[in-house]
Amino acid sequence: MAFPHRLDAPELPDFSMLKRLARDQLIYLLEQLPGRKDLFIEADLMSPLDRIANVSILKQHEVDKLYKVENKPALSSSEQLCFLVRPRIKNMRYIANLVNADKTAGRTRKYKVIFSPQKFYACEMVLEEEGIYGDVSCDEWAFSLLPLDVDLLSMELPEFFRDYFLEGDQRWINTVAQALHLLSTLYGPFPNCYGIGRCAKMSYELWKKLEDEEDSESKGRRPEIGHIFLLDRDMDFVTALCSQVVYEGLVDDTFRIKCGSVDFGPEVTSSDKSLKVLLNAEDKVFSEIRNEHFSNVFGFLSQKARNLQAQYDRRRGMDIKQMKNFVSQELKGLKQEHRLLSLRLIPKDYRSLKTQYLQSYGPEHLLTFSNLRRAGLLTEQAPGDTLTAMESKVSKLVTDKAAGKITDAFSSLAKRSNFRAISKKLNLIPRVDGEYDLKVPRDMAYVFSGAYVPLSCRIIEQVLERRSWQGLDEVVRLLNCIEFAFTDITKEDKASSESLRLILVVFLGGCTFSEISALRFLGREKGYRFIFLTTAITNSARLMEAMSEVKA
Amino acid sequence: MNRTKGDEEEYWNSSKFKAFTFDDEDDELSQLKESKRAVNSLRDFVDDDDDDDLERVSWTGEPVGSISWSIKETAGSSGSTHEGREQLKSRNSFSYAQLPKPTSTYSLSSFFKGRTRPGSFQSLSDALSDTPAKSYAPELGRPKGEYRVCSLERFRSLQDKLQLLEEAVSMHDGNVITAVLIFLKRTLSKEILFRELEVRQVALRHLIHFLKEIGDQKLLLDLFRFLDRTEELALSHYREHLNIQDPEKRKEFLKTCIGLPFSAEDCAHIQDHYTLLERQIIIEGTFSSPVNLKKTFKIPDKQYVLTALAARAKLRAWQDIDALFTTKNWLGYTKKRAPIGFHRVVEILHKNSAPVQILQEYVNLVEDVDTKLNLATKFKCHDVVIDTCRDLKDRQQLLAYRSKVDKGSAEEEKIDTLLSSSQIRWKN
Repeated sequence: MAFPHRLDAPELPDFSMLKRLARDQLIYLLEQLPGRKDLFIEADLMSPLDRIANVSILKQHEVDKLYKVENKPALSSSEQLCFLVRPRIKNMRYIANLVNADKTAGRTRKYKVIFSPQKFYACEMVLEEEGIYGDVSCDEWAFSLLPLDVDLLSMELPEFFRDYFLEGDQRWINTVAQALHLLSTLYGPFPNCYGIGRCAKMSYELWKKLEDEEDSESKGRRPEIGHIFLLDRDMDFVTALCSQVVYEGLVDDTFRIKCGSVDFGPEVTSSDKSLKVLLNAEDKVFSEIRNEHFSNVFGFLSQKARNLQAQYDRRRGMDIKQMKNFVSQELKGLKQEHRLLSLRLIPKDYRSLKTQYLQSYGPEHLLTFSNLRRAGLLTEQAPGDTLTAMESKVSKLVTDKAAGKITDAFSSLAKRSNFRAISKKLNLIPRVDGEYDLKVPRDMAYVFSGAYVPLSCRIIEQVLERRSWQGLDEVVRLLNCIEFAFTDITKEDKASSESLRLILVVFLGGCTFSEISALRFLGREKGYRFIFLTTAITNSARLMEAMSEVKA
Repeated sequence: MNRTKGDEEEYWNSSKFKAFTFDDEDDELSQLKESKRAVNSLRDFVDDDDDDDLERVSWTGEPVGSISWSIKETAGSSGSTHEGREQLKSRNSFSYAQLPKPTSTYSLSSFFKGRTRPGSFQSLSDALSDTPAKSYAPELGRPKGEYRVCSLERFRSLQDKLQLLEEAVSMHDGNVITAVLIFLKRTLSKEILFRELEVRQVALRHLIHFLKEIGDQKLLLDLFRFLDRTEELALSHYREHLNIQDPEKRKEFLKTCIGLPFSAEDCAHIQDHYTLLERQIIIEGTFSSPVNLKKTFKIPDKQYVLTALAARAKLRAWQDIDALFTTKNWLGYTKKRAPIGFHRVVEILHKNSAPVQILQEYVNLVEDVDTKLNLATKFKCHDVVIDTCRDLKDRQQLLAYRSKVDKGSAEEEKIDTLLSSSQIRWKN
């Protein structure tokens, strides 16, 4: 039942090297502070670090104790302190408080700050202001690519979305350029480059500048990946806000997958313990169901359970019984919700919607609404507008509790942003004659139960087919984006036919599991293979969180 | 850019920058070439132990050996968890330095390639080239204390400053843009700075974000005022309330928000927020107001008590629970009563992990003796068991309970005292 891999599917490059590189770089940095030391880690870096270097490796390099950077005062007795942090002002203040407290107590220790993935000038400014600039040594751990799976790389920068799309801050563009540069160094240049969106364009230009300055010999290398496609998240908010129905997307929506693994609390495991499950292609059962529509999963799992009960290796995942319970309970509820949703009628005013939201979730969300407006996610409906059936349908795909509350205003967004015209031009809403078979999907719309082909995926499909933006001018105009496409013939000549079927898709601002599933499907259809690079995995809940102003 | 010859010499000869020599080994450029070559033969140097992904996560609970586990261990442990000092892995002489390059797009290599771009590009390059590469490559070494970050001091004329800014913006790198803005903020009056940024949207956005991040609220509000962005001004001011912990102070602050130039509907919301907070403060201090709610909505006693009890228990507000059950009769004496039966109270408290002393108090109030004894035994309220047995004059049961208490404890002693007391007429 699972989608079989084509026998002629191109082989993926080995990305595990990225992990080894990152680990060795970190070890090198730790050794720059020889001797026993305590390591303070920022919360956001804990999971990625865990995937790169576990505790025993750290201990091998004289890391004594591990602490989390948080509001509580740190009580470390070590003579040497090492901080592994993102380049944020609040981290600088934390470190400064610690160092200054030491100074007041007349204590001198050695301090090293390791910025990941890089240091910002604003951070140095704060260190200087706080009077500790000369007391700490600073380093950069250029770790920006974490392989979450054989075809999925994440930069683990969820803040990218808010920093760029809400605040207009271009601080991470250099990080993206550096990451692309690393990839082209390791896997050869990319003969074909496509992109859509301002951020994509800027990242591309900065990357090219880096490459030109380098005059590297990698330019003469054989390309391993034939195409690269950069997209801005804001050219398709619709897809990101839809609730997901492919299995992996559903798990992410419900449980929040972090760094490729998910924590199931006692309410799921029906025992006292929580369970942490690593979800990637190595898990045979998971890899079969992850891209499936959830309605298929239950049947598949019962069958599987019958076949494999005795032989199934318990170490590899949740007990089949537990999974079965979860699937039947949770998904049943979801199915009902979907049914109910399509029966409800919800025409409401932006104003009353906002009032209700504020009353339910707190008046501070006044600021959240302002953010949503600024990011273009929310617009007031012009008087006299009515929703077409299509828009209502799409808006009903949004069921996330918070996002769902803005369904109506969201519908107005769909209209304002010419979504109707775009979806017509790109045929995003397939005409359904008869039942849409979710077991044997015929197009990418299966990721949303046959209702909608993700816009981002459709664009990628079209551009790859044409090897350019030809014929898509109208769509680009409606999207109000800028696009680009460059082909380097000399590089293309060096590329093997196999590598020309490998495409690296770069999502700037986050990508969802639904999009990943859809593109994996497209790959199987066309004989391509997609590799995903995202600034972070995202979904509607995360997007809404990023827009919210409520202080933690 | 006008530099005197003397300045140039001085500049080039200063130790801050490594001079360009024709000696190939010294050239950072060739070092980088070296590194690229090294990178390609990377696999030979790196261990292949990548199955650890599987072992790292345990399937039965908190992943042992993971970072989060280790942090919890550290936080929880009182003593140090020493592991034997293992032999230091021999330092790999092969340095990874090199991998793609320093994170600042301006580096010495680009500078020394003799690019002939005019004006500030060169200056920006040398100004901002603090060679983060040094953090990787030991060969270049890092002169301690001589770490120059932003030597933009030479850009004194407004024209030079603006050209610098333009250059930074054309690079797209937000870090560089912000760096230049930090310099401009320091060396220009705010009026001039604001005036120039008003027509430079990208730079303006970066300044706003920067001010938000470092918490320079005053300058931020001045900026919004200057730009006549009244709504953003209001929202920005309002946002500050999230930083105020104390409810009274927050309420006072919200008062100052009323009357700010919000949009019409937002004004109403702000007013509501203030009113809400005002009410919440009144409600918070006293315990009586839920009673008001109860009266208003005619909540039945049982439901009210159950809810209040659970809520207070979760917050471990034992005194409030005490007050919940205490009533004054017309003579002014207090008495404890509960519409739901104290056995239920005890169960709810136990479910919310109330300490034994508290449980004990309420077990004592259970009227039915058998129930009381059962509960007391179940929840290990030793004193209650002992006292009850004594009241029932049940020696056998007391004796039996003796084995359940800790040896040598106060409870054991109490039991022994009672058992040996001649004043009690045991029935068995």
